[in-house]
Amino acid sequence: MNLNTLTAHELLEKLKNKKTTSQEIISSLYTRIKEVDSKVKAYVRLNQGQPPLCASENALTGTVPVTIKDNISTEGLNTECCSKILEGFKPPYDATVIRKLKSSGVTIFDLKANMDEFAFGSSTENSFFGPTHNPWDLECVPGGSSGGSAACVASDEAIWALGSDTGGSIRQPASFCGVVGLKPTYGRVSRYGLIAFASSLDQIGPLTKDVEDSALLMNIISGFDPMDSTSADFPVPDYTRSLGLDLKGIKVGIPKEYFVEGMDPEVKEIIEEAISKLKSLGAECKDVSLPHTEYAVPVYYIIATAEASSNLARFDGVQYGFRTKEKIQNLIDMYKLTRGAGFGEEAKRRIILGTFALSHGYYDAYYLRALKVRTLIKQDFDRVFMDFDCIVTPTSPTPAFKIGERTADPLKMYLSDIYTISVNLAGLPGISIPCGFTKKGLPAGLQILAKPFAEETLFRAAHAYEQDTEWHKMKPKL
Amino acid sequence: MDYEVVIGLEVHLQLKTKTKAFCGCSTEFGKGPNSQVCPVCLGFPGSLPVFNKTALDYAIKVALALNCKIQEYTKFDRKNYFYPDLPKAFQISQYDLPLSRGGFIDIEVNAAAKRIGITRVHMEEDAGKLIHQENSSLVDYNRTGIPLLEIVSEPDMRSSEEAYEYLMSLKSIIEYLDVSDCDMEKGSLRCDANISLRESGAKEFGTKAELKNMNSFKAVKDALNFEITRQAQALDNAERIIQETRLWDERSQQTFTMRTKEEAQDYRYFPEPDLPPFIISGIKVEEIRGDICELPHEKMLRFMKEFGLSEYDANILVASKKDAEFAEELMRLYPDGNKKPIVNWLIGPVAAVASSNSVCIHQLVIPGGKGELIKLVKSAEDGKISNLTAKSVFNKSISCGATSSDIIERENLSQVSDADSLIPIVDEAIKDNPKFVNDYKAGKTNVIMALVGQVMKKSGGKANPNVVQELLKRRLKNA
Amino acid sequence: MPIDKDTVKYTAHLARIDLGDKELEKLSTQLHGILDFIDKLSKLDVKDVPPTSHILPINTVLRPDEPRVSLPVEKVLANAPSREANFFVVPKVIE
Repeated sequence: MNLNTLTAHELLEKLKNKKTTSQEIISSLYTRIKEVDSKVKAYVRLNQGQPPLCASENALTGTVPVTIKDNISTEGLNTECCSKILEGFKPPYDATVIRKLKSSGVTIFDLKANMDEFAFGSSTENSFFGPTHNPWDLECVPGGSSGGSAACVASDEAIWALGSDTGGSIRQPASFCGVVGLKPTYGRVSRYGLIAFASSLDQIGPLTKDVEDSALLMNIISGFDPMDSTSADFPVPDYTRSLGLDLKGIKVGIPKEYFVEGMDPEVKEIIEEAISKLKSLGAECKDVSLPHTEYAVPVYYIIATAEASSNLARFDGVQYGFRTKEKIQNLIDMYKLTRGAGFGEEAKRRIILGTFALSHGYYDAYYLRALKVRTLIKQDFDRVFMDFDCIVTPTSPTPAFKIGERTADPLKMYLSDIYTISVNLAGLPGISIPCGFTKKGLPAGLQILAKPFAEETLFRAAHAYEQDTEWHKMKPKL
Repeated sequence: MDYEVVIGLEVHLQLKTKTKAFCGCSTEFGKGPNSQVCPVCLGFPGSLPVFNKTALDYAIKVALALNCKIQEYTKFDRKNYFYPDLPKAFQISQYDLPLSRGGFIDIEVNAAAKRIGITRVHMEEDAGKLIHQENSSLVDYNRTGIPLLEIVSEPDMRSSEEAYEYLMSLKSIIEYLDVSDCDMEKGSLRCDANISLRESGAKEFGTKAELKNMNSFKAVKDALNFEITRQAQALDNAERIIQETRLWDERSQQTFTMRTKEEAQDYRYFPEPDLPPFIISGIKVEEIRGDICELPHEKMLRFMKEFGLSEYDANILVASKKDAEFAEELMRLYPDGNKKPIVNWLIGPVAAVASSNSVCIHQLVIPGGKGELIKLVKSAEDGKISNLTAKSVFNKSISCGATSSDIIERENLSQVSDADSLIPIVDEAIKDNPKFVNDYKAGKTNVIMALVGQVMKKSGGKANPNVVQELLKRRLKNA
Repeated sequence: MPIDKDTVKYTAHLARIDLGDKELEKLSTQLHGILDFIDKLSKLDVKDVPPTSHILPINTVLRPDEPRVSLPVEKVLANAPSREANFFVVPKVIE
């Protein structure tokens, strides 16, 4: 059996018993990548691969390699956010999560995972390096923006991976690729070193083959960081202690606003079955209402793009990355031509939209108003969580769509995130776990949400469901 | 036409914290380019700011010293614009909820007291430095991220003198607080001015010009004076004043329009999402208020009350904190109730010696200690030694290291004041200068000073001139 | 609220992004559609609702004024598109 097909916890066991070595694991990954990545394209800059950075042999988790999304800073390893404007950029420092992984003995895999440029997208079609293909159906998207991370875990080209989630960018690709994806509570995991998209929404999180791996990875990356003013100074529990528990007495809310027109009927059926399964495991499921759900997408596309327009202003050709080679008369030309040529279409669209929302005369009507509606959305969740432990929803209204299907109409693409976006606006933790397949063999994901810093509840519910099903054991035929 | 001048000043002050506002890089001045930078102050992708506690404490201290009200809930905002010295393409600053508002400074101009309002004091970060070359510019980010305070005055000043006094008072207060070097040459204090004219008695403000690039307080005064003339002339000729930014050129002593200034910048301010807001409790404010030493104005009033000083003298003594403390110690040591003699010495000869040695008066090393200076001043006051001699003894003492007492004794410089010793010399002078005597008797009473001079010469400068003058008058009456 | 081509052009200038004519055309149409969709927010009554700019209920995060090691200058300039000695170089800034 190939090592690359195992989970991290299985490999850790083997390493502990000296039945394998980190070199062997990495070799098996390289073999798999050679085998299938020309079809899946989960990784970028393959021809520039460097030998993987090995952590110390005698550290805790004994060097199971982890794949990193291309927007998380790794010292000395290209980190380009899959954008032309950051071509060749090698950060002079490690993100905090990378430091934590290294000190836990986890090897940072030398190849970075593909993504939508600057995390702008829901399909990984906006990558400067071209799209990643869904391992379950190569003509379909893997989801986005952490499409590369999700795909490589699904195709066993990685053992486990890190992605980032601003509006669903871990959870939605996890559901499209049939893997487990978790977005932590805002502030649970340090953002220091994550190349920012929307500062008040971004979080780094794990994409894994099963719930246990997710808990293991969360144990390592979570925690207060003095380099991040928005990181929470709350203790990190051992998330593996939430595994293997039952769901008796767990109160689950099902928001009616998430089961409306436009939802794929097969997905609807799959989700309803999953909810039945939760009931059979002891959960008390009841309908609830999140009345401001329909406003989440517009609010997000103001706040996120406004913050992004400011966060991406530093990409101007002065200190790093791409600088225009055209003849320039002055500084303003350099800025405009660099940014005009360096950013892709979606990036330009969002930056200009965000700039507009903050500009003089429009700030109150757009940005300020969006901040107020954000309060209303948060209050919806607060109210429900007074009486419920979790909220359960579909992760996405549809399974993976075809490459090219939604690229003509940006708005259509934005609406893919309709179930995941509110969670970032409210700062809540959310996990997506595989819960079935459509007739065409495409995965569907169940999203479970909990109160802030209640990831333990997520792990408890997710693990109980997972262990009573076989979805996580299925692999795509590549 | 009679115009009223309306001036407001905007001062940027670098706080002398050890590290920058949002990262742990050193703030030391004058280091090699790009040697004091890190991913945070460079604005590298993925970096995040964390605010410096001491910068906050210093900022609150300044706001309190300027009589401002501290905002209990305050936050940072992003000010977005593109410029190569701004690595993130935004400056972390404060917009609608600044740290403090509504303060004032009391100043004195031409013996009249005036209160200048302060609109706000807020916190922000400094930008980098650009060096302009022939066809390119070089960027050094060492200065990026140094904590700044922006102090905005109300448009309460009505003359360049008031503006100058405001800056002097502000600098004095800040130096007392010891939170900034206030050095315009090194750039730790920068000043921009807004100036407009209006007809005397008018209620509306005229169109203002913003003046930049003044590198000293004097330059500020000169630039304002130039602008007053320029704007007055323009208004006299019924020309419109354009609202614009003008740069002061030290060499030609004129202001010029800034060439490529874009249309009003849209900074797209929004709350800084990477920094949670700050809550400043009343307890914290009182704690910091308790830390504030006696400020210059208070000290000046106290010197006047406690030591009977004139406002003019007190003002000079309090200009620098350490010097004021030095002066106070000496005033206490001076035995008489009337402190004018020691004060005159401090303002006069002591200050002069310090200046020629390029030190502050408190840094002077007085051989034998402060007691020696007190003794010297008292001796001069009591007539035991002439003032002139005393000054020269002091200078000598500082330069050669001997105590003034030793010098006086060694060189036998005590002033002779007793009549018995002096009368023979006085009589000799009268005998030797019949022309002066006749002129005096003829009514030219001033000529007595010439005779005093003769006596001084004959006595080798040791005679007490006042006593000599009295003796001469007496002798001449009888002669 | 619709957005016209001139506004898009001006906004692109504020954002320092050069857009070709075709791009400007396409973008204006798309942004118009997006903003039209976003306009549903104007239907809500938010008069007495406080804005949320920070979702985590923490405040007054500070660090001590203690120096940390800065980056070695070679690392600072390693990614620079243009450098001269230890400076970054940019086209002349006109003052």
